[in-house]
Amino acid sequence: MSTLLTATPGQTVGPFYGYALPFDRCDELVPPGSPGAIQFHGIVTDGEGNPVPDALLEIWQADADGGIPSATGSLRRDGWTFTGWGRAATDDAGHYSFSTVLPGSSTTGSAPFILVTVFARGLLNRLFTRAYPPGDQLANDPLLNSLPAHRRQTLIATQDATGLRFDIKLQAGDDETVFLSYPGHRP
Amino acid sequence: MTATPTINSDSASARQADVSNEIRAIESAYQRSGVEETQPRLDYAPYRSSVLRHPTKDLHHADPEGIELWTPCFGERDVHPLESDLTIQHAGAPIGERIVVTGRIVDGDGRPVRRQLVEIWQANAGGRYIHKRDQHPSPIDPNFTGVGRCLTDDDGNYRFTTIKPGPYPWKNHHNAWRPAHIHFSLFGTEFTQRMITQMYFPGDPLFALDPIYQSITDQKARDRLVATYDHDVTTHEWATGYRWDIVLTGSSRTPVDEGAEH
Repeated sequence: MSTLLTATPGQTVGPFYGYALPFDRCDELVPPGSPGAIQFHGIVTDGEGNPVPDALLEIWQADADGGIPSATGSLRRDGWTFTGWGRAATDDAGHYSFSTVLPGSSTTGSAPFILVTVFARGLLNRLFTRAYPPGDQLANDPLLNSLPAHRRQTLIATQDATGLRFDIKLQAGDDETVFLSYPGHRP
Repeated sequence: MTATPTINSDSASARQADVSNEIRAIESAYQRSGVEETQPRLDYAPYRSSVLRHPTKDLHHADPEGIELWTPCFGERDVHPLESDLTIQHAGAPIGERIVVTGRIVDGDGRPVRRQLVEIWQANAGGRYIHKRDQHPSPIDPNFTGVGRCLTDDDGNYRFTTIKPGPYPWKNHHNAWRPAHIHFSLFGTEFTQRMITQMYFPGDPLFALDPIYQSITDQKARDRLVATYDHDVTTHEWATGYRWDIVLTGSSRTPVDEGAEH
């Protein structure tokens, strides 16, 4: 393997992204209420359990059949094309919400998940995590199995009336959401 | 002590000297440690808002799989070429120093990030953002919004025309000022490379005082966020030019995968 170049450092998204990054229907991977649509939502909280009203989340996921989306058009949604990517800011109560579909499994037997990226004022670099819909395949998932039981729960979304609920705890001791680093990442 | 400055009710209580001492203490501990860091610390108390918002557990290693090995696709449908010029979005020309900012985006293996989305946002020449939470007494420029987008070309190059942003005050501590910067949002060839950062301008006198810039404890790493003045980018009687190249983290996909896209 070639020597890796050193990556440019990240920085906080800061407080003023609100007029720049959100765009029309950015949180609608599919139109709300369309067949198969679910709400993927939750609350982002800080180390005192208070809501974080200035976080920005992105999700990136397979389609309902496990296919990797390759269509353009996320920034100019036509309501028909599934691009697999969306963006949502938290509201004053720390709540975020996406309209999407349950991801199918991309690899036979593996547990599907929604990849979630968190940006916020006060957060000096982005955080990655996975939101797994509940299901039988979770027992065989390598990542979940590499975690102690109480930490594993933080990555499993819960079913509710409208879809999936996935709360994100930036700082909460043992209840803190598990955040991920990947092989190319360095401190 | 004499002439204590009047502290507004909305100002944090710490003085710059206190924050600067904290910054220096963390940097000397870092230098003694001998272990190189390349990214900002998430837990960096001089940036007060980070105190309750950083994870206390170590990041958990994940081998990327499925969707993580891919990235959203953007195209001409998403971004109009004129969105890369922040100086032509209104009826008149914005106030300030017109600049061109350009550079090349590669992944950790040096491969260009082709036809990928780059988003920027910034304050105007007076250091004011178009945002309801930015209320400091500097004028809004009716001819400047401060938001741009572009797609990289086939060699990973991006290019924006804009106005040099001003420094601006914030409430981290008393008399806190951010060095002038442009926010950049970047995608790579797989989603694990997603990042948001800030580009700074060379020689800014506020660097040493700024806890966000200093949250990167290593000087070489901090330097990677500072653009270079480039007279070859500067254009006759029109705009001065800055170059800022960006390296994303290494990708897990092989060059064979990459080639298969074309």
